[in-house]
Amino acid sequence: MNRLRAKCAIVGVGETKVGYVPGVTIMSHNLQASQKAIEDAGLSNKDIDAVLTRKPARDPTLCYSLQIAENLGISPKCTTDLDTCGTTPVTMVINAVIAISTGLCRAVLCTIGMDDNQSLKQQIPKHGQLNYGSEDFEYPWGFIGAPMAFAMAARRHMHLYGTTSEQLGAIAVAMRKHACMNSNAQMHKPITLQDYLASPLFAEPFRLLDCSLVSDGGGAVVITSAEMAKHLRKPPIYILGLGQHNFAHSYFGPLEVITPFKKAADEAYHMAAVSPGDVDVAEIYDCFTHSVLVQLEDLGFCKKGEGGSFVEGGRIELGGELPINTHGGLLSQAHIVGMLHITEAAHQLWKESGERQVKNVEVALVTGLGIRQAPFGTTGVLILGKEAS
Amino acid sequence: MTEYQKPVPIPNEDTKPFWDSLREHKLVIQKCSQCGQFRFPPRVICPYCMSLHSRWVEVKGKGKIYSFTVVHYAYTPAYRDALPYVVAIIELEEGIRLVTNIVGCKPEEVQIGMDVEITFEDVTPEFTLHKFQPASKT
Repeated sequence: MNRLRAKCAIVGVGETKVGYVPGVTIMSHNLQASQKAIEDAGLSNKDIDAVLTRKPARDPTLCYSLQIAENLGISPKCTTDLDTCGTTPVTMVINAVIAISTGLCRAVLCTIGMDDNQSLKQQIPKHGQLNYGSEDFEYPWGFIGAPMAFAMAARRHMHLYGTTSEQLGAIAVAMRKHACMNSNAQMHKPITLQDYLASPLFAEPFRLLDCSLVSDGGGAVVITSAEMAKHLRKPPIYILGLGQHNFAHSYFGPLEVITPFKKAADEAYHMAAVSPGDVDVAEIYDCFTHSVLVQLEDLGFCKKGEGGSFVEGGRIELGGELPINTHGGLLSQAHIVGMLHITEAAHQLWKESGERQVKNVEVALVTGLGIRQAPFGTTGVLILGKEAS
Repeated sequence: MTEYQKPVPIPNEDTKPFWDSLREHKLVIQKCSQCGQFRFPPRVICPYCMSLHSRWVEVKGKGKIYSFTVVHYAYTPAYRDALPYVVAIIELEEGIRLVTNIVGCKPEEVQIGMDVEITFEDVTPEFTLHKFQPASKT
């Protein structure tokens, strides 16, 4: 048995109101979410000895995690601002597992706050923003922002495998259906495939409804050793498996090749001793519709090139064979860089998801992905379960 | 004359030869002096063999469209008048991929695999951008 399997557990989660939340700062989202997660675990600030966060990309601040700790009255042994783009929350959990399983720390708080929606709408002045590092070879040609990069990956997928707009649309429709069952979601109006096909072209082949939301909101999780978790308020959610893998291409790698998700998932499945067929619910990073389809292939739910047909016919909707993003995902709940994929997986395992609860959930899979030189530059996979054995 | 509003690069020691050559209407790509691999964008070390020695080689500027997107929204106001425009990744005959714009044809005529060749656009006195157009029949 792998020595990291079920050695750590998620013991508490917290979320703040998402969507358009004017007047609530990034720090406030972090602190509110953290307070809820610590309380959910039945712990106090004195129990937390590590804080992990992501530097606010639109307003970078030195030692941001230590500022959060300071506000919460925590004097942490370990504290770090880390960043793997959209994989960041999964990377936080992996780092928490490393810190706890080596005995360095006991209880790790992972938190993210965002104010992207109000910043955009109100043009809130910033002190600066983090760069990708390759702007000089992209921006002068009007190649700006993630949608264009992922659109080109989607175009290749369509070219090679005959994937259709209707198949991308099926993902958008499913995520919206789930968001409509979530009171804390940015989007509440159901959409049909016709609505999707009528939505304006954005960066072809993407329409507006292929793209994730711009959101305010926050999310946090607390992780402890499995041993400590047994004595806390809620049953432990064991971290059964984890994996992270990243591209190291010289530049713009082959967009259709198997993404680093294959290796990340293989490692996570192996560690957890589960296979794709054991997964009851999947919270899959959905920065764009096409990203979901590619992951379904590389995570082993279907063969390469068959992601399009897999998502048809309601298979990924609640009640389907593999419910995906039961909270509505980045496409329809909110874009908190995927932290709410982790909190939703926990809610599902604790049977707290109400109307959108999947029956008999034993194993949940969570992913994160980021863009670094190319789409899917960073990838990470977590496998969570209620039983340690 | 109105000022050029679109983003321009900030050249540094590693990238300056690339931009200087474009201004002379030449496309140069960095080539490792030790293992001979091309690399892009310019950088100080070879990611294949970690050699710190490289030279600049002029390339023909011919290749194929690897993928593309027709852009219908302006990320910055400077691109508003350019909509819709085509952003593409070109695979050069030398095996390097780069981001560019496709010009000289309608957006709906652009296809993956299309043969393209370089053309140059002097956008400011300091900067010239490479663009690609459908290859002339030879």
